Amino acid sequence: MIKPKSAYSDPGKIGKIERHIIVVWVDNEAGVLARIAGLFSGRGYNIESLAVAEVDKKKHISRITIVTEGTPQVIEQINLQLKKLVPVHKVADFKRGEKDILFRELALFKILGNSKKLEKVKKICKKFNPVILDKTNKSAVIQVTALRAEIDKLALDLKSLGLISTSRTGAVAMTKGPKIFN
Amino acid sequence: MPKLLSGAEIVFKALEDQKVEYIFGYPGGAVLPIYDELKNHKSIKHILARHEQGAGHSAEGYARSSGKPGVLLVTSGPGATNAVTALTDAYMDSVPLVCISGQVPTHLIGTDAFQECDTTGITRPCTKHNWLVKDVNNLSKILHLAFEVATTGRPGPVLVDIPKDIQFKKGKYKFFKNTLKKKLNGKVAHKISNNELDKFINLIKKSSKPIFYTGGGVINSGPEASKYLRELVSLTGFPITSTLQGLGAYPGDDPQFLGMLGMHGTYEANNAMHDCDLMINIGARFDDRITGKVDEFSPGSKKIHIDIDPSSIGKNIKVDLAIVSDVTQFLKSLIKRFKEKNKNFVSSNKQKTSKWWQQIEKWREKKSLNFINSDKIIKPQHAVQRLYELTKKQDTFITTEVGQHQMWAAQHYKFNKPNRWMTSGGLGTMGYGLPAAIGVQIANPGKLVVDIAGEASVLMTMQEMSTAVQYRLPIKIFILNNEYMGMVRQWQELLHEKNYSESYTAALPDFVKLAESYGCVGIRAKTPNELDKKIEEMINIDKPVIFDCVVDKAENCFPMIPSGKPHNQMILGPEEEEEISDEGKILV
Repeated sequence: MIKPKSAYSDPGKIGKIERHIIVVWVDNEAGVLARIAGLFSGRGYNIESLAVAEVDKKKHISRITIVTEGTPQVIEQINLQLKKLVPVHKVADFKRGEKDILFRELALFKILGNSKKLEKVKKICKKFNPVILDKTNKSAVIQVTALRAEIDKLALDLKSLGLISTSRTGAVAMTKGPKIFN
Repeated sequence: MPKLLSGAEIVFKALEDQKVEYIFGYPGGAVLPIYDELKNHKSIKHILARHEQGAGHSAEGYARSSGKPGVLLVTSGPGATNAVTALTDAYMDSVPLVCISGQVPTHLIGTDAFQECDTTGITRPCTKHNWLVKDVNNLSKILHLAFEVATTGRPGPVLVDIPKDIQFKKGKYKFFKNTLKKKLNGKVAHKISNNELDKFINLIKKSSKPIFYTGGGVINSGPEASKYLRELVSLTGFPITSTLQGLGAYPGDDPQFLGMLGMHGTYEANNAMHDCDLMINIGARFDDRITGKVDEFSPGSKKIHIDIDPSSIGKNIKVDLAIVSDVTQFLKSLIKRFKEKNKNFVSSNKQKTSKWWQQIEKWREKKSLNFINSDKIIKPQHAVQRLYELTKKQDTFITTEVGQHQMWAAQHYKFNKPNRWMTSGGLGTMGYGLPAAIGVQIANPGKLVVDIAGEASVLMTMQEMSTAVQYRLPIKIFILNNEYMGMVRQWQELLHEKNYSESYTAALPDFVKLAESYGCVGIRAKTPNELDKKIEEMINIDKPVIFDCVVDKAENCFPMIPSGKPHNQMILGPEEEEEISDEGKILV
């Protein structure tokens, strides 16, 4: 436990830092992402990754998936503050590692090298649904979907095999089974 | 087909339907169509401020003293940026404001046009919500929604940014009511369960050292909340303390009232908070001025927190029982439930809390608000006490600026009714009190409105005297003039080895002559002997008055919880000043 340095900025009882995935359904209106991001930056919360897209074309609802870190108290504040925003419809909060939840990130890797090298790359990526999106005799673009740590590791492993560019999305999440977030 | 109205007409139609009587504002290029329309709407009066910040604080004063939302009308660019301080102030202190700002025409947005700024971007963190209107057909819906957002849940400011072309364009008008079907503040209007009430009542019954700690939420909930609070406090016989913003919800001269708590609260209130076994927080938010050192805050107590804003619960202090509710609704159901089963609670419980009351009386004997008076020089506390004694018989409204005078006003002026005390607590905005007094006087014609001010604060918005004179608002600016930014000087004395860096104002205006130049009355009091007579003179003048009360320059505001200390380690007076630790110095 860190010794509190001051009275007014004392974070109180410091809990364990947890990683959470927070899913927010919002009206897809101008400035809505700035509102969410501003809430995080203004209150000193951290956004590790962010994924946003409209999921309901008729009602113009966007689904935002935010990966963040904080003590249980901070995570609770994030949830409560998000719920107060006018364009926010609902908020779901999952702890990283919860069993009933699926998380995925998508990554694109650009590899320079001949077909032999590419075979090696494909082998390394095999477990992560590799799709070759583009191929020339000097290069290839491969798409994989995996968890963040797995993509971190892949990117590291592919470095010696000609990886010259990486593009990644933030995590998206969904519950297992017939149940949906409520 | 319904008649089409211009955007400017829609603005006024919506204001009329919201029963708005006053708007506070300042014209400019991007709101001219709205100002042009003003002449056609006799039920709405415009109060011309001298600066948009002044207009904003006036709207706040109007809102806080009337319970109705304040409406603010400003132009684009500098008009909007000048309003930001007032919006942030209202956000921190939960004051319902609707700010309408002009914007450059839609086709110029994003081109760095003249007087263009990203108003919705700038005001996003200091409003509950804001809107940039891009289609005139959405205007009426947005305006009505704006009023709803501002006034429901935990109240606060909102802003509607209307580009100039939208003000000219014709569109449909409709009166939308309760457009926000969605839950507010992240929670559907909460039905209080008997289970919650019984838990609350059980905690009350078990407690032998209880205290009520009430805040601005009681005031915001409306005058009924204060009535119920008084009933509950009398039913239980428990002691009660209040935050700065909650003053007036419970009578300040009642024996069960321990005075204000917090950094400059009374010895008895803070010690009772520290030593209690049950803390009942109603409509307060465990702000840092209240808690002091968080991990030594009231270590042995069970804590109950009633708040309308779920995000206020558990933010700073963990509590044992949290109920999300409007104060009036909650107290009403609680009192009903409590009476059903505990008819003779006070008499049966007297024994249990008698020791606690004895302890409180011991703390009271310290008379922590005492000061050494003088017959040569006016002590600022004495000035506030005399003002109180000479005005308490009439229904008086007090506003303040920010600093020592604000704390002395809170300590020595006793409030008996809600909505009579308007002060900038959360943001601590110097320059708040004078324009706020203007709004208060507009909402309460014929009543005595006094801004207890410091000379440094009041100069920040002094130009608004011109507004007071224009609308014949007989506000009284009661300046405790010590030529210093007193609170800054006090902190420099206690924390920075008396290095009074830039806290002395060397070239102050002659406030009496200044008053005369504005066309109001100036009065100066220099000695305690003449103080009463001059205060009475001030009260009897039916014109705005600037009262220059020349007070002791070196007086400090006590008692005080020094930075970094818990509630039970207060400094009571200058003889107890001690070294403040390095850890304490970094705090504000």
